[in-house]
Order: sequence, then C-alpha cells, then structure tokens
Amino acid sequence: MHAEFVQLSLTPILIGIFASVACALPGNFLILRRQALIGDAISHVVLPGIVVAFLLTGGVASMAMMLGAAGAAVLAVLLIEAVKRLGRIEPGAAMGVVFTSMFAGGVLLLEQSDTSSVHLDVQHALMGNLESLIWFKAKGWHSLADPAALAALPDELPRMALVCLVVVALTVIFWRPLKISTFDEGFARAIGLPVAAIGFGLVVTAAVAAVAAFDAVGSIIVIAMFICPPAAARLMTNRLEAQVLWSVGFAVLAAVLGYVFAGYGPLWFGGAEAVSAAGMIAAVSGLILGLACLFGPCRARVGQGRDPAEA
Amino acid sequence: MSDLLAALTLQAGYNAALVAIGAALLGFAAGAAGTFLFLRKRALVSDAVAHATLPGVGLAFILMVALGGDGRSLLGLLAGSAVTAGVGLLLVEWIARRTRLAEDAAIGAVLSVFFGIGVVLLTVIQTMSSGRQAGLESFLLGSTAGMLYLDAVVIAVGGALSVLAVWVLRRPMTLVSFDPDYAAACGYDVRRIDLAMMALVMAVTVIGLKIVGLILIVAMLIVPPVTARFWTERAGRVIWIAAGLGAVSGYVGAAVSASAPALPTGPIIVLTATALFLLSLLFAPARGVLAAVLRHRRFQRRVHRRQGLLALARGELIHDPLTLSVLRRAGLIRADGVATEAGRAQAAKAARDEHRWEIARLVNQDTALTGRYDGLTPIERVFTADQIAEFDRHLGPPRPVAGDAAGA
Amino acid sequence: MTPTMTTAARLAGLPAGLDLAAADGEALHPEAAAESPLSIRGLTVSYGEKPAVFSVDATFPDGALSAIIGPNGAGKSTLLKAALGIIPRLSGEVSVFGRPIDAARARIAYVPQRASVDWDFPTSVLDVVSMGLYRRLGLLRRMRSEERAHALACLERVGMTDFADRQIGQLSGGQQQRVFLARALAQGADLYLLDEPFAGVDAATERAIIEVLKSLRAEGRAVVCVHHDLSTVESYFDHVFLINVRRIAEGPVASTFTAGNLQATYGGRLAAGHIEQLRLGGGTA
Ligand SMILES: Nc1ncnc2c1ncn2[C@@H]1O[C@H](COP(=O)(O)OP(=O)(O)O)[C@@H](O)[C@H]1O
Ligand SMILES: [Mg+2]
Repeated sequence: MHAEFVQLSLTPILIGIFASVACALPGNFLILRRQALIGDAISHVVLPGIVVAFLLTGGVASMAMMLGAAGAAVLAVLLIEAVKRLGRIEPGAAMGVVFTSMFAGGVLLLEQSDTSSVHLDVQHALMGNLESLIWFKAKGWHSLADPAALAALPDELPRMALVCLVVVALTVIFWRPLKISTFDEGFARAIGLPVAAIGFGLVVTAAVAAVAAFDAVGSIIVIAMFICPPAAARLMTNRLEAQVLWSVGFAVLAAVLGYVFAGYGPLWFGGAEAVSAAGMIAAVSGLILGLACLFGPCRARVGQGRDPAEA
Repeated sequence: MSDLLAALTLQAGYNAALVAIGAALLGFAAGAAGTFLFLRKRALVSDAVAHATLPGVGLAFILMVALGGDGRSLLGLLAGSAVTAGVGLLLVEWIARRTRLAEDAAIGAVLSVFFGIGVVLLTVIQTMSSGRQAGLESFLLGSTAGMLYLDAVVIAVGGALSVLAVWVLRRPMTLVSFDPDYAAACGYDVRRIDLAMMALVMAVTVIGLKIVGLILIVAMLIVPPVTARFWTERAGRVIWIAAGLGAVSGYVGAAVSASAPALPTGPIIVLTATALFLLSLLFAPARGVLAAVLRHRRFQRRVHRRQGLLALARGELIHDPLTLSVLRRAGLIRADGVATEAGRAQAAKAARDEHRWEIARLVNQDTALTGRYDGLTPIERVFTADQIAEFDRHLGPPRPVAGDAAGA
Repeated sequence: MTPTMTTAARLAGLPAGLDLAAADGEALHPEAAAESPLSIRGLTVSYGEKPAVFSVDATFPDGALSAIIGPNGAGKSTLLKAALGIIPRLSGEVSVFGRPIDAARARIAYVPQRASVDWDFPTSVLDVVSMGLYRRLGLLRRMRSEERAHALACLERVGMTDFADRQIGQLSGGQQQRVFLARALAQGADLYLLDEPFAGVDAATERAIIEVLKSLRAEGRAVVCVHHDLSTVESYFDHVFLINVRRIAEGPVASTFTAGNLQATYGGRLAAGHIEQLRLGGGTA
C-alpha cells in the first residue's frame, strides 16, 4: 500500500501542490489588479508555443517545449499591450483578440505539420495528464533516501519544485513594490518605482508558472489555479499578507483533495478507473471558491471599489 | 486554386456548401451579438460561456446513453451544452454582483472550473463502453471533416435563426449597447434585453461548437466587433459592420477549409477575422495606428512651433532641439537661430493673439468661449472679427518683435 | 544676440497697464529658479489633441505654502502629475531643488486628488502609511519598532491614530484624505505636492490638514496645493500660481491674488461672482 502510494501518487500530488502554489501566488496580485484573465490568455497560447518549438527543433525535448511556451506567453503579453495601446481597445477585448488568434495559428500549424506520429497532442496540452507522472523506481518511503531511485524521479517534479521556489522567492523579494504599485499606481510612480517593469515582471512570472504547470495539469486548468485559490482567499480576510497565506493553503488543499478524489472517488462510487486528476483539482478549487462566496467572512465589498474609468 | 474557387462558389459538395452558408450566418450573428458584449466591456464573458459548454456536452452524452441512445446526436449535445453554458453565465453574474470579486475573476473561475469538470466527465465517458469513439474532443477545436448531413442542416438552420434573432432585436440592442440609461428612459426593459442578448451569445456559442470549437468560438464574438470599431464612431453602424465582417470571415474560412486537407475550419475562420483586424488596426482612416502616428507628429510639431514663436516674441532662448528644428524648417529662424522676417512677423502675431485671449477673459462674459483656449486654437476660430477688433482696442497697436532669440 | 535688443523686445511685447503673466516669471533670476523646490519651464501636456497645459513656466518658493488656482479643467491636476512624471509631457523641463525630477524623488511627497486606488484593497490604515517608508526600507528590510512608531506618529499628526487597524475602505472620504496625507508625512519629504486636499472633506478634516501644512512650513518645507476655495486663499497661503491652460500670474498672495488676475484666470461672470464675494482690491478691467 505504502509502496504503491509512493510509486503512483506521491509525485503527482507533489507536482500538483507545487503547480498550484506557483500559480496562486502571482494570482493574488493579478486578481487585485483586475488582470485575472491574463492567466487565461497566457495559458491559451501555450499550445502555439509548443507547436512552434516542435516545428523548429523537430523534437519533443521538454526544454525546447518550455522555451517555446514561455516565448509565446511573453509574445502574447506584449501583443496584448500593443493592441490595447495602439488600438485604444479595452483590455478584455484586446486579450480576446490576441490569444484566440495565436491559438488558431497554433492549431493550423499543428494540422499542417506532420505531428501525428509523435507525442504532441492537443488534448494533452489542454487537459494535462497528472496521473502519468509516476515514480517507477520507487519501492516505498525508503526510496526517498535512495540516490538511484531519486535519479529516476519524473523530470517534472524537480522542475515544478524549482519554479515554485523561484516564484516564492520573487514574491518575498518584491513584496513591497508589488503591494504598493498594485494598491496605488500613481503613488508608486511618484516615488519612482518602475511601475511598468513591475507589472511586466508579474505577468512574466505568471507565465513561467503557467508554462511549468501546463505539462502536468494542462493549460486550461492552470487558469483555475491562478484564480480560484486567491479569489477564495480574497473573501476570507482584509489583509494582503493573510490573503496570500490563505491562497497558498487553498491551493495545497485543492491539489491534494483533487488528486485523492480523482484517484479514489470513482472507487467509492463503484467505478473502476480514475478520472482526470487535473480536472478534479480545478473542480475542487471551484468548490472551495463556491463555499467562500457563500460563507467567507469578508465576502462583501468595502468602499467604493475601483472606478472603472480610472483603472 | 480551382478547388478554392469551387468552394467559394459553393460547388464543393452539398455539405460543404451548407457549412459555408451556416458559418456565414453564424459569423453574422456572432459579430452582432459580440458587439453588444464589446461595447459593454464584457467581451470575455463569452470565454466563460464557451468553456462552460464542455460539461454540458459530457452530461448530455451520458444522459443520452443512459436513456438508450448512442449519445452522439448533435442536437442533444448542443442542448446539453446550452444548459451548462447558461449556468456558467448566471454564476459569473452572481459572483460579480454578490461578492467583492470583480467580473474578470468570476469569468476566469467559471471558465476554468467548468472546463475542469468537463475534462473529468470526458474521462468518465472514456471508461464507458459506448464512450470510446464518442469523439466529444472534437468540440474543443471543432471539426467539419466528415460532418453528417443532418449536422450541417442543424448548423445552417441554427445560423439562420440567430440572424433572425439579431434582426428582431436590432433596435433595443443598439440602444442598450450604447446608452443603457437612455434605453431605460425610452421605456425598454434593459434587464430583459440584456438577458435576450446573452441568450443570443449563448446560442451562437453553442451552434459554433461543432464548426470552430469551444476555444475559438470566442474569437468570432470578439474579433469582428473590435475590428468594426476602427471604422466608425457611429452608434448603429458598429453592429452591422461587425456582423458583415463576421459573415465574411465565416464564409471565407469555411470555404477555404473545404478546399484542401489540413486546413481546419475553426482556425481558418479565426485567422481570416484576425487578418481583417490587423488591416484595420494599421490602416483605418481615423482610428488606425498609421493615421494616429501621423496625426500625433503633426500635432507635436504644431505645439513646438507655437511655443517657439511665443519664446521668440518674449526674446527667450530656445533650447529644445525639436522646437529649433521645427522653426528652422518653417523658415522662421535661420540656421544660426536668429529669427527671420517671417519668424518675427509670426511671433508678433502669436504674442498678440495671446494678449487678445487675455483681454477676452477680462471683457468677454461667455466662459464657454474663453474656455476654449488651449494655446493652439486660433482666436479667429472662436471669436468674430468684430469681437477681436474690440479686444484690439483694449490692446493698442501691434508691436514688432526683435530677431535674435534662438540660442544654440 | 544682443541682450539689449532682447530686453527691448520683451518689454515691447507687453501691453501697458495690465498685470499680466509674463512679467513676474521673467523678473526671476535664473539662480533663484535653480534653488526653487519646484521649477517648471515650457511645460505642455496634452490629452489627445487638446493641450490641457500649454507652455507653462512656474517657480515655487521654498519654505512657503503655495496655491495653484484656476477654474475646473484649467489643468491644475495635470500640471502636478506631469511635473511628477506620472503622465507624459509633450515638451518642457522640470527641476526639483535644482535637479532633475528622478534624482530628487526622495525629497518629494505627493497626495493625489481623491486617490484613484481600489478602496476594497486588503490593506489597513497603518499599512498605507507605512508605504511612505518604502524609500527608507527598501525591498527586504523589516520595519523596526522606531519606524512603526514614526508611522504611528504621522497618523497622530492627522488625528487618525484610532483608525490604524481599519481597512482603508471603511473610512469616510475626509478620513481617507488624512491617511494619504499621513503617508506623505511618513516620506519625510522637503516638497509636498497636494491635489485639492480640502475638496469634499468635512470642516474638522480641513482644520486638521491646514494645521499639518502650516507645521510643515514652520519646519522650513515647501508645500504646493491645488486649491479651489478662493475664500480661504489669503488665510492659508503665502504664494499663488494662477493657471488656465497657460500661466496667468504668479507671486506673493498680497500682490498677485487680485481681482484683475482672478478675472483673467476665470473669465466671464463666473469670476465676477467670486470677486464680489471676496471683496478684493486691485485693478478690475
Ligand atoms: N485622463 C484624461 N483624459 C483626457 N482628458 C483629460 C484627462 N484628465 C484630464 N483631462 C482634461 O484635461 C483638462 C484639465 O484637467 P485637470 O488637470 O484635471 O483640471 P483641473 O485639475 O484643473 O480641474 C480638462 O479639460 C480635462 O477634461
Ligand atoms: Mg483637478
């Protein structure tokens, strides 16, 4: 039982937790900046990114894929900004134009190229496949001390852990500028903070988290990780520090419960096979958000809210 | 090429023709309905609606199989998707209204959670014996290859019905999108029209699922209205231009896609719309980027010319390189910075106009007129010759300006 | 390039008998401008194709309370924001204590007109005031107890100590204004720029704010306020700057805040009403 857990479930759960936390942290600021949907845009362009990377390198090396996806995410962010400014179009519509166009380009390229022979399928990119990230060589908890077994951990685990660590570090280091520029952009500018660079850095961090996570959980479900835990946390407290801690807690909870429900839930209902863990994580995070919407102690608006004309 | 021509002239087969017509009708309705969302700054609500269709497709399939069917009836699947799309839409509105979360967070939450549930359902269906070849994944990206005749009819009829709905709703829709308060004052029930419009958005989304898929249908609702906005400032026109652009994209996209293999319908439709968008963004006469850049350069030069003239008139040194170059090119100062004859004359005129404005504020009672001062608007455009003559009486005779003001 | 000709031209450009703008600015020595806490030259700012501020020169004095006065839409807020680099300028130069604005940011504090912040933001009053300490704290250093005490003292100065732990959106408009002033105080600046600090606040807040501003002046700092209430100009301020897209006049209140200049600033009947209320002396047209 233990051996099986370590072999089949430990790594997916850990990857799920790291992915959720890495996305939830920048998600807090994106929500407060009314940019929640930038996560939507970024994750949709992951697909064209990996398609282009595949066409350029001819292989499915994960490093190239990651770089392709990250490149596409940054390009999308720049294009959205350009369309917004040049066309004087509101952010939502600008995002909609850019990410759908890039996605369409990706699908077209995919169909045009002969990728059917290799493992590069759209469904995987969109839906993820968390449960496939198992630790073959593990024989039980003691494998954690066995270098040979550790060397055979799925690549995704150290990668996601590293990204999560980097995101945590960035959040801690840039906490004050992020908080100040998110709360009062005019003041931030007046005291000389590089407001545009901070905003861009935040979005790029989110993009890196999304790109690292999509492999495991799929690019659409990443959006749930960006939005649901921080949104639920937003309804629990009136202090940013506490909100971020709540969001991390919710992210971990959703990852663990989602994986458990997906793996064991069907058994409870007499089913034989597990269902999509990534999908279930999204569903659980939605459930948490729903409960917070109904019962969260700070669910009501305070003050006048942001004047849409000034935002 | 002849394949493309055949497809564009609806001669590439009965199904292909039906799909092309359906896509054109759908594009028309999507452009019009999307304009409504766009003008109310809610474009991405459509994204939530679209992603929220996935669990509906799955549930409908499971239900139809449970009732003994094979579960693949397009009409049934679309009905199911409409139900969850509606639920998703209501949830977005409920979250944004009842909690402190803004609409964008609500949209993101609903679209990702519903999609996640949909993915869970798809994996459930894969474990069902009848589910292995369900092909429900085709709703992600759409697919018209090997479409059944009946499905093509559903799409064409659905598209036609949506266009009909647009036609019926055209007046309240125009009013409510541009000025909800005025519409309410005219006796329209804004809330009900809002609902009707959202129902139309949902209908378009659902009908479009099979052709363009749930991820790209959003583009048909967003891109044409954004494009149309570049071409007009007039209220009612955006809707019809967007509808036209949508119809063209739908028709061309579907036809091109039918003309050759490996040209998936959804992406081609979207990329056609994107091409139209890019052309408009760059070249539209008033709001296009090119026009804006030219206008801004012209304007900046006007400002610097005027500021330079005023500095000449006051005998100040000019340091700003752009000001110097503007004056030099206009022949108002010489290469060494000394004002020319023309420069002195224009500087004197500029200074005199400034003083006329000052007098105007002292003697003219109409602040609506004096309030039009912005440093650039010629005084002759605001006041009549008689009024200006009166200001001049207060001002005394014109004085010349000396010529040596500009410094290196 | 003869100076005499330049002077002659300048004098020739001025109409006789009106105390108009150009005279004051020109009379200033360049050295005075270099030491000024805020000096602006040839500033033009435009939204779209309509300049909101056109070719404005201004020099504010040190250790004084200055008011920027003009009708609605005259470009007062725009002037401040462009001077701070919050919005881009089309042309012009700004210097703060004789240095470019970016080199002098640590010496400036700015309180916007009804800050365009998200009032629903998860942050407490004391948190907001502590944001004023950012330049001192940098990225990572934790707030020490003396810095916390400093932030609390700033709250005390505006009379808001009791609200330190409230969420910022739970305050009234006047209280919020005071909190933003406290944040500016926490910055420990030498130049304070305030945009309509008295607009829409209750009488108690207005008194609290003007007391703070006067104490800043007593400490030798410069304060520049956008101000709309003509009836309090003389009791609150030392120096006025009148603007209506262009500079109309600038100088000590006693010599510059005249009916003639107000007429030239506001124009029309509007000014006539104001002036009658004020019963000011000075040359009317
Ligand atoms: N963000 C903006 N976009 C377009 N026009 C603006 C903007 N802000 C101010 N304006 C215009 O610029 C002019 C000056 O505005 P402002 O500086 O706010 O005036 P004041 O503070 O003196 O009342 C007004 O005509 C106003 O309508
Ligand atoms: Mg103002």
